[in-house]
Amino acid sequence: MGKLTLAELRELRERARAEIARRESDAGGGDVVVGLGTCGLAAGARATLDALVEELNRRGLVNVTVRQTGCMGLCHSEPTVEVRVPGMPPMIYGKVTPEVARRIVEEHIIGRSLVSDHIHDRPAPDIAAGLGAGR
Amino acid sequence: MAYSQYVLVCAGTACESCRSAEIVRRLQAGVRARGLEGSVQVVRTGCFGFCAQGPVVKVLPGDHFYAQVKPEDAEEIVEEHLAKGRPVQRLLYRAPGRAAGAAAELPFYQKQFRIVLRNCGVIDPENIREYIAREGYAGLERALFEMTPDDVIEELRKSGLRGRGGAGYPTWKKWVFSKEAPANPKYIICNADEGDPGAYMDRSTLEGDPHSILEAMAIAGRTVGAQQGYIYIRAEYPLAIRRLEIAIRQAREAGLLGRDILGSGFDFDVELRLGAGAFVCGEETALIASIEGRRGMPVPRPPYPAVRGLWGKPTVINNVETLANIPVILLKGGDWFGSIGTPTSKGTKVFALTGKVNNSGLIEVPMGTTLREIIFDIGGGIKGGRRFKAAQTGGPSGGVIPEAYLDTPIDYESLAELGSIMGSGGLIVMDEDDCIVDVNKFYLEFTVDESCGKCAPCRIGGRTMYNLLTKITEGRGSVADIEQLHAVAHAMQKASLCGLGQTAPNPVLSSLRHFGEEYRIHIKDRRCPSGRCKALVTYSILPDKCIGCTLCARRCPVNCISGERRKAHVIDATRCIKCGECYEACKFGAVLRA
Repeated sequence: MGKLTLAELRELRERARAEIARRESDAGGGDVVVGLGTCGLAAGARATLDALVEELNRRGLVNVTVRQTGCMGLCHSEPTVEVRVPGMPPMIYGKVTPEVARRIVEEHIIGRSLVSDHIHDRPAPDIAAGLGAGR
Repeated sequence: MAYSQYVLVCAGTACESCRSAEIVRRLQAGVRARGLEGSVQVVRTGCFGFCAQGPVVKVLPGDHFYAQVKPEDAEEIVEEHLAKGRPVQRLLYRAPGRAAGAAAELPFYQKQFRIVLRNCGVIDPENIREYIAREGYAGLERALFEMTPDDVIEELRKSGLRGRGGAGYPTWKKWVFSKEAPANPKYIICNADEGDPGAYMDRSTLEGDPHSILEAMAIAGRTVGAQQGYIYIRAEYPLAIRRLEIAIRQAREAGLLGRDILGSGFDFDVELRLGAGAFVCGEETALIASIEGRRGMPVPRPPYPAVRGLWGKPTVINNVETLANIPVILLKGGDWFGSIGTPTSKGTKVFALTGKVNNSGLIEVPMGTTLREIIFDIGGGIKGGRRFKAAQTGGPSGGVIPEAYLDTPIDYESLAELGSIMGSGGLIVMDEDDCIVDVNKFYLEFTVDESCGKCAPCRIGGRTMYNLLTKITEGRGSVADIEQLHAVAHAMQKASLCGLGQTAPNPVLSSLRHFGEEYRIHIKDRRCPSGRCKALVTYSILPDKCIGCTLCARRCPVNCISGERRKAHVIDATRCIKCGECYEACKFGAVLRA
């Protein structure tokens, strides 16, 4: 790192802020939960997760928390991704390839419309209630 | 590079001593072996504060809080949690009576409010980029480009920030005195000579967030017109020194220290000065003498260092914790800071919570929090379900606070009224097994040892008081000794040259006030209620209660307990060293301590 000017310091801060923003426990922009059980991993969930994070970062959506979970029991449609963002119904997507993951960010999180061809299910009512719908 | 998971591992001194560095290595190796290095970042951070449960490892997102992790647990965390998304249940911290929860929801963290420790446990202290990401050097930016020195002082005045080293002098006033002093050059000194027994707030701040101190010193330099800063830190803090050296190097490379900072035309640089660990060097005039290469001894004030300090030039001396608040005050404003705390004491205070408390560690609470909240809510209560006796604040310059005052909101004034002081932030909890006289003898032994010997009141008075306490703990005390303790104490307070001697009698005076009866029992009844003062205690075995299990005889380190199996045992009082092992060991209450 060479000597910084004021403008360079500010630019560096913006970039660095995005890098560590995901360390906050709850950033307020909703949750995206990727199933990383054995079934999910075998179906390529790691690549899905990386694609999600990359796409969110690329679009500056640092307040969306990306979390991981184990097997949701939907092993036949892994990788599964559950999306809960404010103002949208909680949704589970199935067979989420990196390509679909990028569409989820663009269409569901930014565009506020469901990615219809990959909807698997809504979370079980008790889970959705416990978490607060739309959160 | 976009990481989706973070593993934060505490790399403070306490956790490093429990092999956290090895945990980091094995986590990193595991992450590489699993091919996860692109999505999982392992970060060494500063102190999480929950030292009693260290080493601490936190996994984000999810805020999973692992406690007492061993290096051999690393592979399981990688394999199960990072690779498969299944938190390792057996390692998750559970507060007593509660299920494992997110770190932010632990009782230990719920009542805390972190300004000084804002970055500790969050960022990698050896990476300036992470400090910058958390608004680092943004306060300096404001001081250089948006505010005049008078604006900075005005914000500090509004904030109500007072010195966190112990005395609580308003920080803005010190800065004004230096700013207005005509002489040049001027100096900024960070006092990192933390020496109270049991206190480690400053060490942890420097280890976990060194750049915050560098930034604050540069702000101070800009404000008062100084170009050179010194951090006076004790050589016993090797990790803090190493992190500071790294931070200074990185700040210089980035042009945040050195010539023409950020193109503003302002020059400022910082150097370390290592102290040899003399307690008196925390006193500002002695500290200055030590930096100048002379023997660390105080000189009379005034003139105060703010006007005539290092090399006879105006010098601002601020404590580590005081400085750590300053960048935040410039960013969020003095009014914001002033809205936290009590009418006379603003902001937060960091305490090193130690002693007979379940969750010992480093905590930060708003001024005005009560001792009860600190000890019972954050601290999780007294170890082993024993009864609370007193809390000691301010170390060898402070005093004890008994149970009756547990609900007093803590600030500079309320502690002074109780005969103690805020001090630098050591908070030692005592239970019913601690003897007040014995504890105060310990503190006096410390100040006698650390007295520089320059002035007679401290050199002779301290020793006299120590001898009187020794007499009392050995059962040779008389009522007149109490009067003499008072007399010597008042002379020391009035006539000692520096704060060390002036405050050395505080522990004794405050304990005489709150626990006078315990002194009298030592003197009149020749008895020590807690059994600590060995000369006043004898151990014997009650024959009718002893079942002859031989446990005490086996535990006795000097083999002075004899008796046949299943028959009553006997202690040979002439050889007994009064260690109390038999008393602790007996399950039938047959050992009598009197």
